[in-house]
Amino acid sequence: MKALDRITNLGQWVISVLEGLGAYARLCGAVIARGPRVIKRMDLISTQIHFLGNHSLAIVLVSGLFVGLVLGLQGYYTLRRYGSEEALGLLVALSLVRELGPVVTALLFAGRAGTSLTAEIGLMKAGEQLSALEAMAVDPVERILGPRFLGGLVAMPLLAALFSALGVMGGWLVGVVLIGVDSGAFWSQMAVGVDFWNDIVNGVVKSMVFGFAVTSLALYMGYSCRPTPEGVSRATTATVVAGSLAVLGLDFVLTALMFSSD
Amino acid sequence: MQKTINLLVGVFFLLGMAALVFLSLRVSNLASWSTGPSYKLVAYFDDIGGLKPRAAVRSAGVLVGRVSAIGFDDKRYQAVVTLELDAAVSFPKDSSAQILTAGLLGEKYVGLLPGAEEQVLKNNDQIRLTQSALGLESVISQFLYNRDTGGTGGASVK
Repeated sequence: MKALDRITNLGQWVISVLEGLGAYARLCGAVIARGPRVIKRMDLISTQIHFLGNHSLAIVLVSGLFVGLVLGLQGYYTLRRYGSEEALGLLVALSLVRELGPVVTALLFAGRAGTSLTAEIGLMKAGEQLSALEAMAVDPVERILGPRFLGGLVAMPLLAALFSALGVMGGWLVGVVLIGVDSGAFWSQMAVGVDFWNDIVNGVVKSMVFGFAVTSLALYMGYSCRPTPEGVSRATTATVVAGSLAVLGLDFVLTALMFSSD
Repeated sequence: MQKTINLLVGVFFLLGMAALVFLSLRVSNLASWSTGPSYKLVAYFDDIGGLKPRAAVRSAGVLVGRVSAIGFDDKRYQAVVTLELDAAVSFPKDSSAQILTAGLLGEKYVGLLPGAEEQVLKNNDQIRLTQSALGLESVISQFLYNRDTGGTGGASVK
């Protein structure tokens, strides 16, 4: 009898997980389907880009610079053993453009912007503002979720590009200015080794996918949370956890797809 | 208020785009892509080693083109390497191509050794004289073979 109960519990758990996934997919579908109508309200989207992008600028730029500085130092110590300090630029640029730029930016974005999205929407739900919108025949998915979704989609790749660019500058500061690696070799090795389509474009594609994943998860968590203080706090935590795990998992899949051939 | 926000978003957008342009032009090889006119040459190799598409084609150490495609010819059982050369440079008909390595373990590239004939190679011509990639294994086996047959002991490479 006990074993049967366990199996029943397992079944319940599987069904609730599937229900969650289904609700998430339906919400994504609903937001995407309203895209063409949302895009006409540029002011709403602009406000959200400002809220998600501009306000994340400081943390993303500072993190990018410091990641670049550390990469420059650590890379230099390792490369010096093999007498190939000139490859420092290549090492810094490749690791930033391919992996660290999109991934670290997405993690920061989940922590900085994703949480505020979830908390905002969760509190709107707790305060019954979403129901009030519906009562006034305003579609909350179109009015509230849509602009936030598009804003996150636009902001994330821009932030990732800024992160990578600042990181390269950080690597340059440490490598060329502080340590004295030859400046010409630093840039030319970088330009020879980094491919525009394989590395830069794939990095941008990655950051777009991460932007989609983090923003949509944050919106779903807020939209589906229990309308209580505890529910909102749980949803905010879930955004960071699920968002970060989704980014790391997706990064593995995308890397395997993008960089396996050649 | 909305105007200030739009302005700030515009600044953010421009910053992001500037970062992308910086990454494309300064960090990646986009700027070094020759978009000028070019012509194609074909060369057959017994073994291309680790040559990859978009590898450099150099003559006297100077970049004159890129490898545009690599295929396999099942009539000759050889690798077909298509080279795309800058239209500004031309080579004699009896030039030879060889697959070389940059440094001891570096990237493979195609080296063009100019010949002496008056006529020059034109679009879709074939380079007749080729020398395959020199693998480390073949150098070692040649070295061992030479020593066994009482050679001078050095790896005599043709």
